[in-house]
Amino acid sequence: MSERDLDGLMAVTDAGRRSGWGRFLLTWFAIPTALLGALLLGAVMMLVLGANPVTGYVALLKGAFGGSYALSSTAIQAVPLLLVGVGICIAFRANVFNIGGEGQIAMGGLAGAATALALPDLPSIVLIPLVLTAGATGGATWGAIPGIFKAKYNVNEILSTIMLNLVAVQVMNFLLAGPMVDQSPDSVGGLIPETKILSPSSQLPILVPGTQLHLGVPIAVIVAVCVYVLLWRTSFGFQLRSVGLSRSASAYAGMPVKRTITLAMTLSGAMCGIAGAILVFGSISHRMVTDGSLTGFTGSAGFNGIVVALFGGLNPLWTIFSAFFFGGLIVGGSALQVATGVPSDLVTALSGIVVVLVVSLEYLRRRARARTITLAGPRAAPARPPSGDPFPAVEGPGDE
Amino acid sequence: MNQFFTLDVLTVTVASGIALATPFLLAALGETIGQRSGVINLGVDGIMLLAAFATYYTALRTENLLLAILAGAATGTLMGVVTALVSVTLKAEQGISGIGVYLFGLGFSALLFQKLVGTPLPIATLPPVGIPFLEGIPVIGGMFFRQSLLVYLAFLLVPVVTFVLNRTTYGLKIRAVGENPAAADSLGVSVERIRWSTLIIGSTFSGLAGASLLMYGGIFQVNLTQAEGFIAVALVYFGAWRPVGVMAGALLYGLVGVVILTWKSLGIIPLNASDLAATAPAVITVLALLFLARRFRQPAALGRPYEREG
Amino acid sequence: MHRHLDRKLSLILPAVLVALVAASCGGSSTPAPASSAPSPSAAAAPSTAPSPSAAAPASSEPSPSAAATTLKVAIVAPSAVNDLAFTQSMVEAVNKLKGKFNLEIAVSDNQFVVATAANVIQTYATQGFNLIIAHGSQYGSTIQQLAPKFPNVSFAWGTAGSTFDLPNVFAYQVNSNEGGYVQGAMAAMLSKSKVLGVIGPIAVGDAKLYVDGFCAGAKSVASSISCIPVYTGSFSDVSLMAAAATTFVANKADVLSGTAQAVVGAIGIAKTNNLPWFGTQWTQVSLAPSNVVSSQVYDWSPIVDEILTDIKGGKLGGTTFTATLGNDGAVIQFNAGFNLPAEVKAKADSLIKGITDGSVSVPK
Repeated sequence: MSERDLDGLMAVTDAGRRSGWGRFLLTWFAIPTALLGALLLGAVMMLVLGANPVTGYVALLKGAFGGSYALSSTAIQAVPLLLVGVGICIAFRANVFNIGGEGQIAMGGLAGAATALALPDLPSIVLIPLVLTAGATGGATWGAIPGIFKAKYNVNEILSTIMLNLVAVQVMNFLLAGPMVDQSPDSVGGLIPETKILSPSSQLPILVPGTQLHLGVPIAVIVAVCVYVLLWRTSFGFQLRSVGLSRSASAYAGMPVKRTITLAMTLSGAMCGIAGAILVFGSISHRMVTDGSLTGFTGSAGFNGIVVALFGGLNPLWTIFSAFFFGGLIVGGSALQVATGVPSDLVTALSGIVVVLVVSLEYLRRRARARTITLAGPRAAPARPPSGDPFPAVEGPGDE
Repeated sequence: MNQFFTLDVLTVTVASGIALATPFLLAALGETIGQRSGVINLGVDGIMLLAAFATYYTALRTENLLLAILAGAATGTLMGVVTALVSVTLKAEQGISGIGVYLFGLGFSALLFQKLVGTPLPIATLPPVGIPFLEGIPVIGGMFFRQSLLVYLAFLLVPVVTFVLNRTTYGLKIRAVGENPAAADSLGVSVERIRWSTLIIGSTFSGLAGASLLMYGGIFQVNLTQAEGFIAVALVYFGAWRPVGVMAGALLYGLVGVVILTWKSLGIIPLNASDLAATAPAVITVLALLFLARRFRQPAALGRPYEREG
Repeated sequence: MHRHLDRKLSLILPAVLVALVAASCGGSSTPAPASSAPSPSAAAAPSTAPSPSAAAPASSEPSPSAAATTLKVAIVAPSAVNDLAFTQSMVEAVNKLKGKFNLEIAVSDNQFVVATAANVIQTYATQGFNLIIAHGSQYGSTIQQLAPKFPNVSFAWGTAGSTFDLPNVFAYQVNSNEGGYVQGAMAAMLSKSKVLGVIGPIAVGDAKLYVDGFCAGAKSVASSISCIPVYTGSFSDVSLMAAAATTFVANKADVLSGTAQAVVGAIGIAKTNNLPWFGTQWTQVSLAPSNVVSSQVYDWSPIVDEILTDIKGGKLGGTTFTATLGNDGAVIQFNAGFNLPAEVKAKADSLIKGITDGSVSVPK
């Protein structure tokens, strides 16, 4: 990855925020349009596959948002997406590309589960914060490794995060089928990689009886708000975004570039780790269980979180809505499958189309705007800051 | 351990390591070409999935393997057009749009497979073809010269791509566009046209990679690639944007994987270490890069869409 | 300006959260276990829609008159309904009983994400299904937690041997080691090199049981035979399975067997090298018509039949069923297309008979 391959995206997604609602709406023109386009394409696919798109979409919407039970399912599904998405916001803002979310989630889940196994007798008020912290630590460790490798040895993080995902799945299988396996007499006897039922005091309490809404949902939202504050209201956040926009200029300004990169990856991993812990302690089965694949545990949140973060404009606050939306798509996908017989993979394909359309339309919108703005003067025209002149753009996002 | 060092076992281990490395090599070579012109394509895995399905479906319907492979390659080409349109013409953020293409390929290939095929029936695979004379060389012949045509093609492409990149005008233009698109532009090289061409060629390679992966097992299933396309992208960084380096990475990755399997089958690796041993290819690839501590510079304009100033 | 926006956003957020919680409260007691009322989530219309998963070609007769006695059965399974293996075995079994019990069948296949599957199971439970079959041992912990909350719904899960002492949970398992034992013995007799190749996904559950049985059977015939299982570490990596099979062939193995969805990769290698193959879970003859010697086929229909009979009689769980060669829950299907020597067939038959009457004991 080049130093600045993401800055365009940042400039783009930040652009609207620079001058209020007018441009804001302009910026967000791309997302509804993309959504509409994807829905139309989805309808065509359903027609081709012999299903009624109206039935399909109605089922999808009802499955995702129809009633309190569906809404709570969607919220639960959104939690890992949100946390990973927030982690992605941190990493991308620092211009490091974290595609190791899957492994970091697994590591967070393992660390949390191990803690709950070791200290089952603590009361909830102590144990829940402890296991979430453990999860964050596990994920942070798995994120710090590529961070350090990148900062110290210049090992590309795409390479190392992908490889660490492959390592994580096997470590997970080893631990869950070996040292951490359920050995209680009632167990399914090593049938599958899973821990025993974890201490009840570690379970995230259900907030609304009769739904699935558990404590993980507000926690994730609070974390997202905290990360927003961290990125836009602290000097560390300023530093992180500066490094993201131009490493050389930040170094010139005396910022600790390497440490910032490592920290960004570590924090990003920590977010994924919390997601992993919540997946364990908010799960219906209340233990860590997998079918032997990373996806079996994460539900691909490590990848989908990237989409969610992008959809939220790499802003943790908007990512909250974005996560809820994609959580709904996933939950609704199952309903769509039952109602129309179209495999829920359609939803995966559609979210891919959404992403492609969002990033494509962004350029058309930007060009349209540049054309009008050029009249006012050349200064505003380039969406990407010219190299060596990063600071105006650094100022841009939140500190005007 | 002694069993492992019998010539027969070594021969077949190396031979299947090479076969296993082939999809990685093809996809990574394609990605190399694109990245040398300054474009990252993270959608490789999705393209491979779509191409593998196209290959499978064509083979299932026509029983014509050549046609099937061509269908895979053509799917790659088509996705190359899409990728180029998005990444070059529409100047989208490449890392992100690649994830989009990946998700599309993952979902769409699964959708088509479940709706059009359903029951996974195997197809005939490409038979190994011995190369006259060379095949007869003891050990070496069995390792290298009794492979399927796609394997030969993949490894032949290594010198070809090296030559094209380093010794032809087209290659010079690719490198110029990847290093300094503004300068190339001012010299009359069309940045867009070069990047379109590299993406189409590169994605066609990814399509061939999907076809060769399919030909290895002879069957399609949902998420057949298991993120191999992402590993291929990682190998480009491993190989420092040089075809030979990429080939070394692919071979390392494939061989370590097969050696681990062989050791398991010989009982050298005990069962309870089975999972941990499976991490070896990934760990070794990262460590190799760490210890080699190579600091080859990446193409300067990598990942940046080119927009003419003014 | 942007601060203005942020402030708005930070106001909106808590409001939305509150609204969400309020909406959930407002909806109140909704999940209403086993209420037969048509749930608002239209998802519960499996019989009306031509769901491919439902795999029910005979769904043309609406038969509204019989609605009173209809049993609603949901299957949640990890792989595709047509995987020629684990999932297909259950879906076919339930479909076989469709007419007999007037079943309304819904299938959610490819539920390999455990958390999502848990959600699907819970959703079915809220939609008035009489029986939910959670067809995968990874779903057990979900059942253990959910079953007490839905006392009027019957759950069945497997393969496993525990009902968690819950009155509305059935468990089912298969002694796949028995078929493994028989096939291992046949493999040992067919092998000239005395090296067998057997491949699994990860060393747990049904796969391990089968693989261990296979090697035990082989050793019972020729104690010196080499039978070292390779677990690739993945249920679904076809090329890794193929590579493992290739490795065995390199290592002189001349008879192969394996289990997991991805095993199709290994069957391809058996076909290419023209080696005998032993399958399990479902018949794999179509994958390599001249190489498959036999397949251990799971037939869950006797067990599902008993479960449904129990449910009709008001008994919602508490029993563990075991499919064995003896009760025809597992059947060795020989492939007529493979020219099996008579003495090998005779040995297999005598082993099946011995296992059935208990004179041959298969180690677990």
